[in-house]
Amino acid sequence: MAGSNPNAKPMNLTLKVWRQKNRTAQGQIVDYQVKDISPEMSFLEMLDVLNEDLLRRGDDPVAFDHDCREGICGSCNLFINGRAHGPEAGTTTCQLHMRKFSDGDTIVIEPWRANAFPVNKDLSVDRSAFDRIIQAGGYVSINTGGAPDGNEIPIPKDIADRAFEAATCIGCGACVAACKNASAMLFVSAKVSQLALLPQGHVERKTRVENMVAQMDIEGFGACTNIGSCAAECPVGISLENIAMLNREFLVAKATSNNLS
Amino acid sequence: MILDSKIPEGPLAEKWDKHKFNVKLVNPANKRKYDVIVVGTGLAGASAAASLAELGYNVKAFTYHDSPRRAHSIAAQGGINAAKNYQNDGDSVFRLFYDTIKGGDYRAREANVYRLAQVSVNIIDQCVAQGVPFAREYGGLLANRSFGGAQVSRTFYARGQTGQQLLLGAYSALSRQVAYGKVKLYTRSEMLDVVVVDGKARGIITRNLIDGKIEQHSAHAVVLATGGYGNVFYLSTNAMYCNATAAWRAHKKGAYFANPCFTQIHPTCIPVSGDYQSKLTLMSESLRNDGRVWVPATKEMAERLRAGQIRVQDIPEEERDYFLERKYPAFGNLVPRDVASRNAKQMCDEGRGVGSTGLAVYLDFADIIKRTGADSVAQKYGNLFDMYAKITGENPYEQPMRIYPAVHYTMGGLWVDYNLQTSVPGLYATGECNFSDHGANRLGASALMQGLADGYFVIPYTIGDYLANTPPTPVTTQHPAFAEAEADVRARIQKFLSINGTRTPDDFHKHLGHLMWEYCGMARNAKGLTFAKAEIQKLRKEFWSDLKLVGTNEELNQALEKAGRVADFLELGELMVDDALARNESCGGHFREEYATEEGEAKRNDDEFAYVAAWQYAGDNQPEILNKEPLEFENVKLTQRSYK
Repeated sequence: MAGSNPNAKPMNLTLKVWRQKNRTAQGQIVDYQVKDISPEMSFLEMLDVLNEDLLRRGDDPVAFDHDCREGICGSCNLFINGRAHGPEAGTTTCQLHMRKFSDGDTIVIEPWRANAFPVNKDLSVDRSAFDRIIQAGGYVSINTGGAPDGNEIPIPKDIADRAFEAATCIGCGACVAACKNASAMLFVSAKVSQLALLPQGHVERKTRVENMVAQMDIEGFGACTNIGSCAAECPVGISLENIAMLNREFLVAKATSNNLS
Repeated sequence: MILDSKIPEGPLAEKWDKHKFNVKLVNPANKRKYDVIVVGTGLAGASAAASLAELGYNVKAFTYHDSPRRAHSIAAQGGINAAKNYQNDGDSVFRLFYDTIKGGDYRAREANVYRLAQVSVNIIDQCVAQGVPFAREYGGLLANRSFGGAQVSRTFYARGQTGQQLLLGAYSALSRQVAYGKVKLYTRSEMLDVVVVDGKARGIITRNLIDGKIEQHSAHAVVLATGGYGNVFYLSTNAMYCNATAAWRAHKKGAYFANPCFTQIHPTCIPVSGDYQSKLTLMSESLRNDGRVWVPATKEMAERLRAGQIRVQDIPEEERDYFLERKYPAFGNLVPRDVASRNAKQMCDEGRGVGSTGLAVYLDFADIIKRTGADSVAQKYGNLFDMYAKITGENPYEQPMRIYPAVHYTMGGLWVDYNLQTSVPGLYATGECNFSDHGANRLGASALMQGLADGYFVIPYTIGDYLANTPPTPVTTQHPAFAEAEADVRARIQKFLSINGTRTPDDFHKHLGHLMWEYCGMARNAKGLTFAKAEIQKLRKEFWSDLKLVGTNEELNQALEKAGRVADFLELGELMVDDALARNESCGGHFREEYATEEGEAKRNDDEFAYVAAWQYAGDNQPEILNKEPLEFENVKLTQRSYK
């Protein structure tokens, strides 16, 4: 049953999928054939078809992370044909649709590859390093209850808009996967920028950037060498300018704060 | 048990303040002697966990996601209501209270809703202080927009990503407490049972989704913030993992389930395109401000359109039926969600639906594009138009969108008293998980408000009242109830794995979803509901004898996870049907075809049904017991909604 386009022809595809039993097991690429794939399907629905088929045959379905399938939760994380989230720019894996592929295509599907993101199983990876970076300082230290009236802190619209742009990061990790150094600079800089731009974040501005960068290093992410693949592959368009801002914030903090670590 | 809603005495506007004074407090030095478990890290869970930890309690927070930030609160688009009256347009706490009670078709508790309206203003302050980047005016102050069901502008927003920004705010507060060691965070941990000791909730059993390890966790109190059950319909706008297991396990341990048949169908979603469809995507309600809803005037025209013999552009203006504008001249395309949804269904039932499946109506922007230009429309709705194009492959600037209603939210949930405590002492429910403040229909931009109200500003007070009466001695997992609950969880998992049948969990889920949508969806009648009940019972039997799984418990096994959730949906689905059958009236999202006005609108029966239906579990395959909490309205006058 086709959707909006009754003439859309179903496709047959070859999938080369990374299979790995658990974190310590040796992984390998396994080939699968999928048939009668509608171009109206999303990429993950195509994988659903594969998994239902595998399960019915008594084979282990392919594990992958996903949830909202609306491009906002940041769960989905497939490396498709050598690109984070696949061939379509500004798009998460769940919003990629099969009409971007052609009958007879071979599609290579791998997990995010980074030391800081160990594989749980197959295509599912552990991104808890991102949580620990936020725990190191990605917040404003206020308790519930003591906040002043929302309008007591006027914020110029352009500043609020820029902070919002940085705050839209979905934490998927495509920036790390796309980077040849597996650097987390775009992710970290988005949070640092958001809170450095807003007056609410100013009090802890210096310690925040120092602590978050330190945690990023502890987690084993690589250094930034200004290639820009992160921003190019980011599904929500987080700008490279944030990294420039992070570097500036970090330098100022190191030069002027009392934190000698 | 007698249903005691524990609504404080006194005038409506003073109840919450008086109650806050009357509840017992836990001495600051004693707070660290109490452990609290919070299950779920969405808006309601993360805000509760952070706030309780800030007070000094030891919190254990659980999520089945890889990070607290993935919870489905993140997908909310429109905004969050608050009675700030920043726009000087006549808003007040009482008006927000009134709109919410009326929008809910008079099936919510006055006292709870009034409190919700009161604390709504604190939520905005709290979120701003956290660094949530709300939309602002050029003068630097907070911007508002209007939303369905209200005549004032009280909705705060962050473009079309309000839920994301609010959740990231709550997540940052939670992360701060994790760093301080006051919250212990358990990710990829799914709650599979509540442990009840001597009638009180004392812990939970969880399964680690990565290695299958079954764990026991103890605490002095347990808070469930595990969301709604819309995925019982298989297709909904909920995220794929959203499920009812935590709430349903609690129900089977003694927590009453209230108004399960109150589900919200959202009118503007992208229609189903095929059997493979895994979920539905909402297009924000705000589109109805400028889009016009129509179908071809005749069945013949619709048939030719579906067969591809004519294009939508070929249909002349006089052959288009703008049915909402025709039927509801006063509100037009802006009628409430339930009315818009039912009318779209009716058009499709008449054979006038569009798209290849015939299950869609048009939402047309041609007029506004002609009037203001495509650029201006793009500024307003650009991200939504892009999302639509990405999913459907069609350009909504050139041809009308196709939309169809989809399940979006569940107003029903665990019954709670004014303190948000369920019928099991020590077990609390917050956010969409409880039966909530929305009555039979939720207004737009009110879900975020309720989740954060419960978590930031209600539970931190009310849980103290319970804990102050609980000895601060450590709670351990030594009590045999823990081992028993763990054994039950293990036995259930082994049962799933040993059936070795032919049908996958998804296959059963789809089947159930079809029954629910067909017979317990937008319109219901006694005959269909009775039929569905028998079919669900049959399906449940088949599930337990023909389920197909592979692998073991001791690994990441997503099909096994799904099997547990579907097993619970198969029980909850039947209770929803029972509830819909027992409620012989139409109200809000619950439309019984037998109870309609002459014009086909919902007809309430306040004399007999102004109550909360709180269902009590009575044992496997036993009919549940219906307890009624009468709803008393002292501050609003009950009226029939009319949008003509």
